[in-house]
Amino acid sequence: MPELVATSPGLFPLPDWAKDRLSDQKGHQKHDLISGDEGKEIVETYEEARSEAIDRQRDAGLDLIGEGQLRWDDMLAHPLAVHDNVETRGIVRYYDNNNFYRDPVVTGDLTFDGDVAAELEAAVELRSTSRQHSSSSETAAAAETDSLQAVLPGPYSLADLATDEHYGDEAEFLDAVADFLVGEAEAFPDVETLFLLEPSLVENAPGDGVDERASEAIDAVADAVDAEVVAHTYWGALDEKVYAHLLDADVDAVGFDFVADQADNLYNINEYGATDDVALGLVNGQNTLMEDADAIRERVEWVDEQTPGADFGKAYLTANAGLFYLPYSEFEQKLQALADAASAQEVKA
Amino acid sequence: MTDNKEQFRPADHPNDSFILTTVVGSYPKPKWLDRARDLYEDEDADFDENAWQEAKDDGSRLITNEHERAGLDVVVDGEMRRNEMVEFFADRIEGYEFKGPVKVWGHNTFDKPSVVGDVEYDGSWLVDEYEFTASVADRPVKVPITGPYTLASWCFNEAYEDDAALANDLADLVNEEVEKLVEAGARYIQIDEPALATTPDDHAIVGDCLERIVDDIPEDVRIGLHVCYGDYFRIYPEILEFPVDEFDLELANGEYEQLDVFTEPEFTADLALGVTDVHVAEVESVEAIKENIKKGLEVVPPERLVVSPDCGLKLLPREVAYEKTAKMVEAAREVEAELDEGEIEVGRGAVADD
Repeated sequence: MPELVATSPGLFPLPDWAKDRLSDQKGHQKHDLISGDEGKEIVETYEEARSEAIDRQRDAGLDLIGEGQLRWDDMLAHPLAVHDNVETRGIVRYYDNNNFYRDPVVTGDLTFDGDVAAELEAAVELRSTSRQHSSSSETAAAAETDSLQAVLPGPYSLADLATDEHYGDEAEFLDAVADFLVGEAEAFPDVETLFLLEPSLVENAPGDGVDERASEAIDAVADAVDAEVVAHTYWGALDEKVYAHLLDADVDAVGFDFVADQADNLYNINEYGATDDVALGLVNGQNTLMEDADAIRERVEWVDEQTPGADFGKAYLTANAGLFYLPYSEFEQKLQALADAASAQEVKA
Repeated sequence: MTDNKEQFRPADHPNDSFILTTVVGSYPKPKWLDRARDLYEDEDADFDENAWQEAKDDGSRLITNEHERAGLDVVVDGEMRRNEMVEFFADRIEGYEFKGPVKVWGHNTFDKPSVVGDVEYDGSWLVDEYEFTASVADRPVKVPITGPYTLASWCFNEAYEDDAALANDLADLVNEEVEKLVEAGARYIQIDEPALATTPDDHAIVGDCLERIVDDIPEDVRIGLHVCYGDYFRIYPEILEFPVDEFDLELANGEYEQLDVFTEPEFTADLALGVTDVHVAEVESVEAIKENIKKGLEVVPPERLVVSPDCGLKLLPREVAYEKTAKMVEAAREVEAELDEGEIEVGRGAVADD
């Protein structure tokens, strides 16, 4: 059995009180969404919600703690949606979900922005304050062992979600998005892991040539941080060629969505090999049906058995997709189940 | 398919030609009705069940009459009693549970329900609404119902093997409700399936559901299917196999770019064509709406044409919703008169050139 590490792909739901308060503070039109220059009151609401997100993860006992991406109104398109040289236009469908985001139209150079780094700095601050002020020995102990995780859209998915009116060439645009993400990642504070979310590699699979370029783009972003990097894919399995190219990228783990597809994911691992570590999307981030810790562990064992050729050092246990699809209490229960599944091993050991 | 459209022709209809005018369903709620709901939901307010019932009745009466004032041939009460198209039904079906609001876009949320057990029919959903509306209306009343595929897709499915199994069970419940509505006198039912637009490959599931819904429903009851905001070429011509009398389609929003989809192969059902765009607050001129109606005549002859706005009007300011409806009726009557006079030729090519 690999070492189990409890984490999540981020993109948390807002607590209900924050949904209510932001509804009053922000309004309901598309220009009311997060733009990167929100006012003091709104900043404070998100700050409070971020603090709660960190506490929830810590209470649950996750090994890797994210800042929650609560400001990401446009989901994975967020880093572009707040950029000065990007115009947000019509509301468009988010993959084949019944969710919508503002079409980010790139109209100028994708220069350094720093929005995601600032969120992580805020999380670093909150984590250290929480550690100093923690009265509960349990929370304080947890604070000593858990580590910070960053989340970014993978370059291929971010380019796929955006519209280019500046670079003019698909390949050039993908490189520009990758360069942009490199700059953003270089500005991060120290993080233990970086999850690069790449659902578009599944949903809108790159064809010949583009698959290789997508892998090189991921490689570039991965090299920008001194952290473990997970390229997490979901909503199905990768085409085998896309997977084979992805293995060329210098990432520590590839993430697989075992909720959406088991057979093709296993096939890819067994046929093409795998990274040293792996991320297992075993908890359904889009259904209120609860998985318990035992069931999650059984699935880990099952994957381990079914991939005799692979010898994973670490397995990141995670939800398949971002957790904003869930009501708040179900989101909390899913985090708990993931943490319990990983910690059962620690107790046994 | 039977010709069950003629029964809705008003006695005093001015023209030989009859292009039925109606709406998809929802209409902006008067602000006082939203306030009344707030009061009803506020435990500290002196506003009880009876007061809330009275407010909903008044809202329903008001908008039904507003539809008649606009001149519609078939009216709806603007769905004044309904909150949201899935939530309203989930609240009335055994097996659904609400666990909290979830994100739709930005920080905007909706109460997405979870199916936690077998869905069961637990008392009528819409018979009261229909009976009240029919009692205050001088015109025939259409009943929109959210379809089983959408009720299955837009929830968390905790209990069924897959969405198709859930949709099938829900279709049986919709069938039960339609039977009760027909018993109560309803002659025009519209099944709303917007979820089909997001997953067009599932058209066969929707077809199976519709077979269950129309089972044992008399042929003189008109059944429509409303689908909006999708790539129609992905479901056409397969949908022609569906056991419905008419397809209500949103096409004005895309400026009829998708109209050609429905000409090859030949469209064999009745067409309920969206002729005003519900996502722009400007009221189209009668002339512009007439041109849109003529687009419909490129697909079907006038006796098989129905016109309505693209979709529900509820997001528009109320005066805009009214003007769009009234101008649509005016445009339809003018097109009918021109058809009677032989000034408009029906069919592809004839109208496309003018």
